Formats: sequence, structure tokens, C-alpha cells
Amino acid sequence: MTFPVSPDPFILAGRTVRSRLLVGTGKYADLNQTREAVEASGAEIVTVAIRRTNIGQNPGEPNLLDVISPDRYTLLPNTAGCYTAEEAVRTLRLARELLDGHALVKLEVLGDADTLFPNMVETLEAAEILIREGFEVMVYCSDDPILARRLEDLGCVAIMPLASLIGSGMGILNPWNLGIILERAQIPVIVDAGVGTASDAAIAMELGCAGVLMNTAIAQARHPVQMAKAMALAVEAGRLSWRAGRMPKKPYRASASSPLSGLIQ
Amino acid sequence: MVEFPFYSLFVSSMITLFINGSPQIFATVPTVRQVLDERGMTGRRVAIECNGDIVPRSHYDSRALAEGDRLEIVVAVGGG
Repeated sequence: MTFPVSPDPFILAGRTVRSRLLVGTGKYADLNQTREAVEASGAEIVTVAIRRTNIGQNPGEPNLLDVISPDRYTLLPNTAGCYTAEEAVRTLRLARELLDGHALVKLEVLGDADTLFPNMVETLEAAEILIREGFEVMVYCSDDPILARRLEDLGCVAIMPLASLIGSGMGILNPWNLGIILERAQIPVIVDAGVGTASDAAIAMELGCAGVLMNTAIAQARHPVQMAKAMALAVEAGRLSWRAGRMPKKPYRASASSPLSGLIQ
Repeated sequence: MVEFPFYSLFVSSMITLFINGSPQIFATVPTVRQVLDERGMTGRRVAIECNGDIVPRSHYDSRALAEGDRLEIVVAVGGG
């Protein structure tokens, strides 16, 4: 950007993060497409899942970490697929070992296989244990302002409410709840889940979110690499728009943009 | 003196480990490192849990395994 804009660093858990767009690495056609899309997104924080390895099968099989290098990206191991606090905590302990002591994690404890809605009771329990063990917890949660506050009080480093169901692409369904959470939170609020297209990401940022985390919206676009770039631009545009402060809405009266004087008579 | 058949020595030393939920038979008690080597995972970036506890990478050579131990060997994969 060449015009003057005051610095707007994204501070998360005490560190400066390069991009307010956070991306997942699931659902791509192959690892090459994963690499290209993540690169095009400009994201620094990239989520990964932790799964059992295939024993003895394809020993030379390419590895996600070969294309998404921990030296280049900040990997954010998640607990996707976990339905209890115990499973989530176990998964993230393994993740910390896998990533050489890396403490920044994404906690998500699911409550239901059809909706992938978070189980907030288990989520709160897991967050408490993880924080006690020194993890820096970014937490996928419902858009309930009271529970969001509770997670902040526990010591989570980011609150990540869903905008709509994971992988649904339905966009920002309840901007008012997000607004209440945003008004009260002292830590970054990141919309996680539900974004379908670039305008959704811009809306999240215009609401005042610190960032947006997405996977399916990019991976399942017809051209994932192009969509990754579109999302990067949308997040940046939305953030600038929020900082610039939109004009007041005037629902009942127009206001001409051209001078009313000097008209040709 | 009771005579054992020759192969009993061999059979008695066989152990079964459950790796990622599936039973795997080893002729002798392996170290964690040997499990990785024998199953084609040498040099791969993995994390390992034994009976629910993390096995730090620095313990792969020394960690003694025992009959019936349950190992989980995980890697990072694509996910949101």
C-alpha cells in the first residue's frame, strides 16, 4: 500500500501476526493445491489436524509439513473431530510434542456430528486444563457473549465464534451477537467457520473482528487459489473500512453528491 | 528336567503392541525407535503416546515397551 495508513499490527498472544486471515489446510485436491492456496492467502497462521499415521503404508508419502513448513508459517494444530475435553487435551499434548513445544493451539470440541456445533461445556473444561498446562488457546465457540466472556476470563488468547455452521458457507448469520462479543472482549475476536465468499469476510472485519479463520470457502471454491487471494483482499478491505469508519446510514433521505449550486439554467 | 521345544524360546519372546489400535507382533521387545524403523517411519515427523502418556522424542531410543502397550503415532494432516 502506498498511501499513508497508520500501523495496525495484529497482536495475538503477545506476538505480531502478519495477516488477519487465518486459513485451514483441509479439503484441497492435493498438497500442491494446498501450498498454492495458502501462499496466495498471505496467511501466517495455518491450521492443521492431528491424526493417526498409516502404519507401514507408503513410507515415502508426501507430508503436509513438507509443503506447509513450520519455519515459514505459524502452525495452529486443532482438535477437529474431538467430542470430549479429554480427547481434545490429549490431541493437543501430542500436537505440542509434534511441533517441538509449540504452545499456540486451536481448541474445538464438537457437540454434534450433523451441525459440528461446539459443545461449550466440554470446551470450557478443556480450555481450563490446557491453559493450566501452558497452552495458548484460541477457542472455537458459539456466539454466546456470556460464554465468550467466560473463555476470556479463563485466559484464552482469542475467542473464535462461528458465523454459521462449519463448512456451510452461509456467511455471518448473527452480526448482532458478534457485535455484543466484540464490544466487550479485550482479546482478539476471530470469526471461525461459516464464511462462504469474500464479502462475508469483509463483513466480519467491518464488524470489528481482529481476523477471520476459514478453510472450506477457499478449498471448495471453483478456483481455490484465486479465492484465497480474494479472501486476503476482502479481509484487508474490511479491516481498512472498519478503521476508516463508515458514513452514518440515512434511511429516509437522500443526500446529493454533486453541488446543488451552479446548475445550468 | 522338563524339555521345552526349541521354538518356545522364540514364541515366548514375541510381543504384541497395539499401534494406532491395530495389534502388531514383534519378535523381540522393541524400543520406540525400532518400532518406527520397522514400520517405515524412520525420520518422519511424528508424535507418540504410549498408554495415554506422551513419549518425548528424546526417549525414543531408551523407552522400554512391554506386552500389550498401546501406542498412538500421529502426524499433522490437512484440516481446518
